[in-house]
Amino acid sequence: MAATESAFEYAIEVEHLVTHYGARKILDDINFSVRQGEIMVIMGGSGSGKSTLLRHLLGLHRPTSGSIRLLGHDITQLSADQMYDLRKNMGVAFQGGALFNSMTVGENVELPLREHTRLDDNTIRIMSRMKLEVVNLAGFEDLMPAELSGGMIKRAALARAIVMDPRLLFFDEPSAGLDPVVSAELDELILTLRDAMNMTIVVVTHELESAFKIADRITVLDQGRILMSDTAAAVRASDHPRIRALLDRTPRSDAVDADAYLERLTREIFRA
Amino acid sequence: MAAEFLSQRVEALGRRTAAALAEFGYIAALLVEACYWLLLGHWRRQPVRLPAVFREAVGVGVAAIPVVGLAAFATGMMLAIQGVYTLRTFGAEEQVVIGVALSVAREFGPLITGIFVAGRSGSAIAARIGTMQISQEIDALRVIGINPVRYLVAPILAAMLLTLPALTVLADLLALLGAALYCAGDLNLPVGIFFERTFTILRVADVLDGLTKSQLFAVVVTLIGASNGFSVTAGAEGVGRATTRSVVLCCIAIILVDMVFTFFTSR
Repeated sequence: MAATESAFEYAIEVEHLVTHYGARKILDDINFSVRQGEIMVIMGGSGSGKSTLLRHLLGLHRPTSGSIRLLGHDITQLSADQMYDLRKNMGVAFQGGALFNSMTVGENVELPLREHTRLDDNTIRIMSRMKLEVVNLAGFEDLMPAELSGGMIKRAALARAIVMDPRLLFFDEPSAGLDPVVSAELDELILTLRDAMNMTIVVVTHELESAFKIADRITVLDQGRILMSDTAAAVRASDHPRIRALLDRTPRSDAVDADAYLERLTREIFRA
Repeated sequence: MAAEFLSQRVEALGRRTAAALAEFGYIAALLVEACYWLLLGHWRRQPVRLPAVFREAVGVGVAAIPVVGLAAFATGMMLAIQGVYTLRTFGAEEQVVIGVALSVAREFGPLITGIFVAGRSGSAIAARIGTMQISQEIDALRVIGINPVRYLVAPILAAMLLTLPALTVLADLLALLGAALYCAGDLNLPVGIFFERTFTILRVADVLDGLTKSQLFAVVVTLIGASNGFSVTAGAEGVGRATTRSVVLCCIAIILVDMVFTFFTSR
């Protein structure tokens, strides 16, 4: 693994990714890449496929076709053992936090260390407290997740995601359901993490303000396709109608295709 | 019209059969995977940890002692009452000891234990895994690099396999005690004599058959609970449905397994 690590410029490369949910096509020919040390924001409305894309980047589903290279390894080809090794270099903060409800905050943060390292108990405890300090949750390690507020849950989840010092960090909807102050703090935290630990960070969000604040580059998804994958400035200047609609918060106003509309209404009622 | 109706029915039947087969296959795969991690996890850097097994053993086994014990005691006494009532027709009340001893050790001990553990743990396993599924905790396990079957299912399976036979022995003894106490009152048969006769009648094989059954029940309850939990998709309502389904399927499966096993071991 060591030999290949310096040999690639991109932390993430996705090529011709196509995925289906049942018979429905969710992602269609997705191509994009993320440079090392970059913050990439994946943006799109609900139903655009951004959550599905994230789940594929995390290796939780098998795509129909295409390749996903993380840190130089194609995760669609890796064996379970190789994937296990790669996961030590990946951290994920889920939208709802996904903290283990039966464990304290401290135990949650310690879990990756306990599973992946043979460090002694005190070292593990100190390392997890260090990460809780980073996310401003020092002293909360004995609380249960149910006793935390929404913002604290996200920060605890972030602490768990970075406890192994991963080179790749994924963050799903950091600002969803948080008040503006807390979500601004999280944005700062993401920027700090990148600068202090040189992580490559992928953030999935639909919050424009936060997206433009943290992003080096932005990938805009719409109905399972990539509309644009470019610098934040270029996205802001784009005159693509769907991107404008997303940026200017205008409702969608597509011309209705009469035949398709009728077909949707009568589908499976009249059999051919 | 009739043809269409018929074809719809056949189609629905086919779908349900396919779904049932798929579920059975999933459960079989779950069993293989859980056993794999139990046996080889240590060499694959994903050991099943002993503290986790013991924690589950307390939950599924030790905590079930009061309810299983009470149910077994009552069942034993009930068997004695029915036995004496039936045998009185032939004036052979004394023979009740044979009937009670054999049916408790071979049948009622393991069955009562199995049904109660299914009710307690079959639902708990499904609810726990189902809740973790909808709150993305299962995904979180996977991205951390922890196999959910190894982490969640294997410890419960090991705990069940360890504690169900022990619970069954306890249930056997308490059921016999219940029967002995009734006989002491109704037939003036001293408790000591009741147990002495019981132990001359019972062969080791009778008790072992019962214990083997309890191990089968352990596998059935764990796997049905876990597979229902993992298949939860639709929020809190889904968890509720999976829990109910898990308990019902566990009980039915236990009775069917029991019937088949008894058929083959009683001939």
